[in-house]
Amino acid sequence: MSLREYLATSRGDKPMQIMAHVVCGYPSFEDNMRELEIMAANGVDVVELQFPFSEPSADGPLFVRANELSLKAGTTVEQCFDFMAQVSGKFPFKVLMMGYYNTIFKMGEEKYIARLKEAGGVGFIVPDLPIEEAGELYSVADREGISPIVLMTPTTSDARMEVLGKAASGFVYVVARKGVTGSKTQMGDDVSALVKRVRQHTDVPVAVGFGISSREDIDFLKDIADIAIIGTAALKTWEEQGPEAFDALFASLTAR
Amino acid sequence: MGLFDFAEGREGYYGKFGGTFLPEILHATIEELKACFRECKNDPSFWREYVELMQSYSGRPTPVTYLPNLSAKLGGAQIYVKREDLNHTGSHKVNNVIGQGLLCKRLGKKRVIAETGAGQHGFATATMAAKFGFDCTIYMGAVDVARQRPNVFWMENLGAEVVAVTDGQQTLKDAINEAMRDWVTNMADTHYVLGTACGPHPFPEMVSWFQSIVGLEAREQILAQTGKLPNKVFACVGGGSNAMGLFQGFLDDDVELIGCEAGGHGPESHQHASRLAYTDASLGVAQGYKTYFLQNEEGNMNETHSIAAGLDYIGVNPIMAYLWEQGRVRFDAATDDEVRDALRLVMSTEGLIPALESTHGFAKALQEAAKMNKDEIVLINMSGRGDKDIFTVADALDDNKWKHFISQKAAQYAQEKNS
Ligand SMILES: Cc1ncc(COP(=O)(O)O)c(C=O)c1O
Repeated sequence: MSLREYLATSRGDKPMQIMAHVVCGYPSFEDNMRELEIMAANGVDVVELQFPFSEPSADGPLFVRANELSLKAGTTVEQCFDFMAQVSGKFPFKVLMMGYYNTIFKMGEEKYIARLKEAGGVGFIVPDLPIEEAGELYSVADREGISPIVLMTPTTSDARMEVLGKAASGFVYVVARKGVTGSKTQMGDDVSALVKRVRQHTDVPVAVGFGISSREDIDFLKDIADIAIIGTAALKTWEEQGPEAFDALFASLTAR
Repeated sequence: MGLFDFAEGREGYYGKFGGTFLPEILHATIEELKACFRECKNDPSFWREYVELMQSYSGRPTPVTYLPNLSAKLGGAQIYVKREDLNHTGSHKVNNVIGQGLLCKRLGKKRVIAETGAGQHGFATATMAAKFGFDCTIYMGAVDVARQRPNVFWMENLGAEVVAVTDGQQTLKDAINEAMRDWVTNMADTHYVLGTACGPHPFPEMVSWFQSIVGLEAREQILAQTGKLPNKVFACVGGGSNAMGLFQGFLDDDVELIGCEAGGHGPESHQHASRLAYTDASLGVAQGYKTYFLQNEEGNMNETHSIAAGLDYIGVNPIMAYLWEQGRVRFDAATDDEVRDALRLVMSTEGLIPALESTHGFAKALQEAAKMNKDEIVLINMSGRGDKDIFTVADALDDNKWKHFISQKAAQYAQEKNS
């Protein structure tokens, strides 16, 4: 089943679908597994597994540290793929790879896509690979039924949205504001207008990410977008308040 | 075809090196920068204004100096030096910074940000920002802040905010990541003054263009002084901007060009910053561009080391990587020990004090000059002055009297604080 078909069937009567994020190997693979169990129990629809990279330039402070400490603990690309295979076999949600292009480049694009598929991944998000450089990777992915996730941002022109929209597969990742991951986004007219603009250029589902942290954000987004992306807020809760609060966060985000 | 005449669909590429690998959010900003840069490059009045400003503000043209004592002592080629150390702020970095300052004015932006390793580029940027009236934030690895306090002192006194970056190895590459994070947030009013000929297109081309003033002057000067072209031209290579600057003057000539990298503790040590002369580095994509990086097989960057903070970097200018691959530029590396010896020799025979970075070029040039004929000519880029970096140079030379002086000073400050 393609990512898009899966999203259509898993929608049900949820207010929004939820995509959550973990950095592989941080705080540890065991912690990751417990986080994912809680996410699954709360009906999370999609999970992005971030493969740590030494130069995570699109990430904010919390994820930068997570990338760094995971690598310091010895996390390898193979471990991340093995973990992905375990996770995709165990849980109902779909799994995407999130990471930086050098990880893929060093492995080789063909081999990367083959390994991703083998591990049960259905797509990938690579924030430092612009569409102009992505031609070959996207066509290998397409051949193998893997979805490259395209990003659109507040600074993306209509003309460029048209180009990106043509390459979109699975869903579009709308970056709600300028900046890196981590800080809060003020949900308001800017975000609505951006999502409206995105919809004019693509008919795949729209996911909104960057700074989503609360039920209020979901209530705001549920009428305009399809998927809410929870990143930093989840890790922050896990680190500062532990598993119970983490569970409560996802319960409130996914409540009907 | 010239280096910068890009084939259709290959803008910003030099062979397989270069490109623009940035998050989507920066696409519009980079397009705006590319358009503005094109306009400046095609406008002769822009270059004229730039050259005039470099004359009145930075003392250009910098001279080419003949080193008779050293030439005689080594008994080989005649040695000449291009004196970028005589620029305002003490290095070639100011060429790039003033150029980008003029460009920033055209962009209509009010704030500049920059990364810095040794502090030279941050210092030059802070100077430029003060002159042009821009707000200025400098990102610097916390390790570098600790070892380069004098440059931090000047940046802050020039009105810049210096942010100590505590991620990763807390050095230059981490400062670049942090500057990028600022840029993706504040690009509407902020220009990122990248300090070397690395990063995403158009930076390698743009920085090389501003630095080409070095080679343009040097070619004329050496011809005027000696009546011929040099046989070999040497420059140190960190990111590659001073080398690109000088080499561009001689690319079409029958002149051998040698890039000198940081050999650190030597080829087997893995404690160096030599991407092309040694064999540790491999092709990769990071910090916005494709080039040779010092990285592991999974694409995560390795720790680097050099006696010279300004050469201590994981990647190398994509144009230089291409010229190396084409056999147009040869690469060699000077170890920390070779650099110390060369610095002592140059100081004692000629009274010149090159920066530790520049001394890498001297170290290799002097070795080769000794084996050349007396009627041959060697030209070295003295990219910066060493006297300004007295703390680092004194450390490098392990000077006991200096250490004694600093301990006394420290004791004096401690006493003042307690009384
Ligand atoms: C004096 C001096 N020379 C050389 C360099 C190396 O940079 P590049 O290779 O871009 O010239 C630096 C960098 O800080 C420097 O300060």
